[in-house]
Amino acid sequence: MRHQLFLQIGPVSFRIGSAWGEPLDRLARLYAGYPEPEAGLCDFTVRLEPEQPWRRWFRPSVAIRGDYILPDAAPLSLAHGLLAAEMGMNLQMALGQKRYLLLHAATVEKDGRAVILTGESGAGKSTLAALLGERGWRLMGDEFALLDMASGMLLPFPRAVSLKNGAIRVMEAEVEASRFGPLLAGTPKGDIRHMRPNRNALARMGEGARPALILFPRFGEAGAVRAVGRAEVFMRLTQASTNYVALGSRGFDSLNRLIAACPALAIDYPDTATAIGLVEDFRQELAA
Amino acid sequence: MAGPRYIADPEETVRSVELDGLSVLFHEPSGMTHIVAAPAPEILEMLRAGPADAAELLRRLRARFEFEGNEAEAAIHARLDELEAAGLVRRA
Amino acid sequence: MRNARLLVRALRDPASLGDCDWNGLISVARAEQLIGSLAFRMAERSVPARVAAIFEAARHDAAQARNQALWEAEMARRALAPLGVPVILMKGTAFHAANLDASVGRSVGDLDIMVPHASLDDVEAALLQAGWEHVKDAEGYDDGYYRRWMHELPPLIHRSRDRMIDVHHTILPLTARPRPDAQALIDASLRLDSGLHILSPADILVHAAAHLFADGDLAGGLRNLWDIDRLLREFDSPDFRRSLEERARLHQLGPHVARALRLAHRLYGTPVDRVFAGRFSLADRLFEARLLARNGWGQDRRKPLRFAFYLRSHWLRMPPLMLARHLWVKWRRPAPLSAKGAAERKPAPPAIAT
Repeated sequence: MRHQLFLQIGPVSFRIGSAWGEPLDRLARLYAGYPEPEAGLCDFTVRLEPEQPWRRWFRPSVAIRGDYILPDAAPLSLAHGLLAAEMGMNLQMALGQKRYLLLHAATVEKDGRAVILTGESGAGKSTLAALLGERGWRLMGDEFALLDMASGMLLPFPRAVSLKNGAIRVMEAEVEASRFGPLLAGTPKGDIRHMRPNRNALARMGEGARPALILFPRFGEAGAVRAVGRAEVFMRLTQASTNYVALGSRGFDSLNRLIAACPALAIDYPDTATAIGLVEDFRQELAA
Repeated sequence: MAGPRYIADPEETVRSVELDGLSVLFHEPSGMTHIVAAPAPEILEMLRAGPADAAELLRRLRARFEFEGNEAEAAIHARLDELEAAGLVRRA
Repeated sequence: MRNARLLVRALRDPASLGDCDWNGLISVARAEQLIGSLAFRMAERSVPARVAAIFEAARHDAAQARNQALWEAEMARRALAPLGVPVILMKGTAFHAANLDASVGRSVGDLDIMVPHASLDDVEAALLQAGWEHVKDAEGYDDGYYRRWMHELPPLIHRSRDRMIDVHHTILPLTARPRPDAQALIDASLRLDSGLHILSPADILVHAAAHLFADGDLAGGLRNLWDIDRLLREFDSPDFRRSLEERARLHQLGPHVARALRLAHRLYGTPVDRVFAGRFSLADRLFEARLLARNGWGQDRRKPLRFAFYLRSHWLRMPPLMLARHLWVKWRRPAPLSAKGAAERKPAPPAIAT
């Protein structure tokens, strides 16, 4: 492939090949400071290719391919090539990651205790986690939580945070401009802007953490907290996992271990300040 | 009138965890996970002891549990159908 | 082609592999659905730690795939047992059910079974009763085509397990020129302890060869050929060689089996009957090139060649007049949802029974 980029993100390494230079230039700037995979060895390959050969130049159309492919995935425009690269990495993880149990969740850590933020898309988990990451917490990841099945530890996977619409402005107010990718307007999900995690998150991307709390945050209601029953947690976490079924009994055992070890709470929050306050309260209770 | 007889896989083929009064089951032969409520775990336990049709199963269950109303027979048939579709029991 | 050759060498002779382009090897293996087989072949080799971890995960995954395949077979058995007809497992599931060498690391997509032609309607009814349903959007035009001319029912998918079953009544479409003897396949089939059947060893090879050439555009060919290598090595004996040639001729697939032997010998070094196989030809070179048409990024590198093979595979299945009509109608419709494919399918959520 004409253009190539190699990235190490937590325990997972990628090589991304592209027929066009621009998406990888942008990807490289977004991931400035990330290590290169040792000896260049990669867990997954992503390819950005033209749908048909002539679509490389004429109305360029970026098909997302790689080791694992969704056959009917719609291609993206070249202007959104950076998004295609990110989606490509997500796809490899969702379809090909079999070494760690994956949860669709954000994770943050403080004092060795990790909090898992999970729930429906659009509930604001990414934004909450990103904000906590700027308020003394370490951002371990905003998209995938990686559970090591042997040890029960959560491993970091600090990809660039995918911010949508209103969340973009929230984080732009907090974080220096150099940590942002370009604004991608008019994607199927609205406006998207990617944000690199801070130096602390990158420096410690090899460091796991013990899971201590599972949170199901929901935006838009008056502040409320309720305990979530274990059976419900189990069901919701399997639904939030792309590879639970493929992992068989190891997945079953490690998920049960996680649930046994962590209290689970559903929190409704009217604004992020309230949510952050709640998370800090919980952390103090756990530490006590 | 005897209906079809059912049998369940041996105990060691199913991992079971109790969560809030529900049972989460991992069934090794299928690799599938099921969340079930009473009387499903009890039905499985009894069908491990030996094959039985719905009537015999009801007798075994009545020996252990109190049943209200006369919905029990229909309920047993419905549960057996579900368990069979899930692959947790099969016809003997 | 270099990286596809690397994969072939790694499978054929793992000990001979030095330090190499591991990324390329793994991408090609994944593209060719051979990562599981490769991971087992390389189990004893010392490799870089990250590569070892990838192979270990692939071996676990293969064990899961095996379990799932055998479970699908078992559920089909439960649904069809009351009919009392022979249900013959085919392809990967058959290898696993019979614990053949070809099952090691073998991934399985759909469950393929063969039943007597006369029982097709009853089989379909029993499967529908047991929770399978017709695949939605499965090429509406083709429903009539499938039933009349293809060698299978339209594909069925299980409503809660989300896994597909393909029910065949012979091993090639009725419109193809070779006409295998379906009754002979059934008569020679072997019964497993479970009550399910597999084809006889010689027929398994004949089917594999038919599948490799006549039933597709050589996509997945490296894996089909690896199956053939493993099968031939396991079954090889003077009696078997005689039987293979006999059955190949009976099913009018002599040239296909011979070509499969030549290609297996050429790529994987399989010991074959040189007389029956014949000499490696110019046409064989084209096949070989097609089989090896992947680069180190897993891309298919022989687009023009690939289209020629696709056209050829359709021509083998249908007389030319029908072909023209079929292709024209297919091209008019938007591309249908792919019922089979090398691509991964979304994992099914766990079933919940209350």
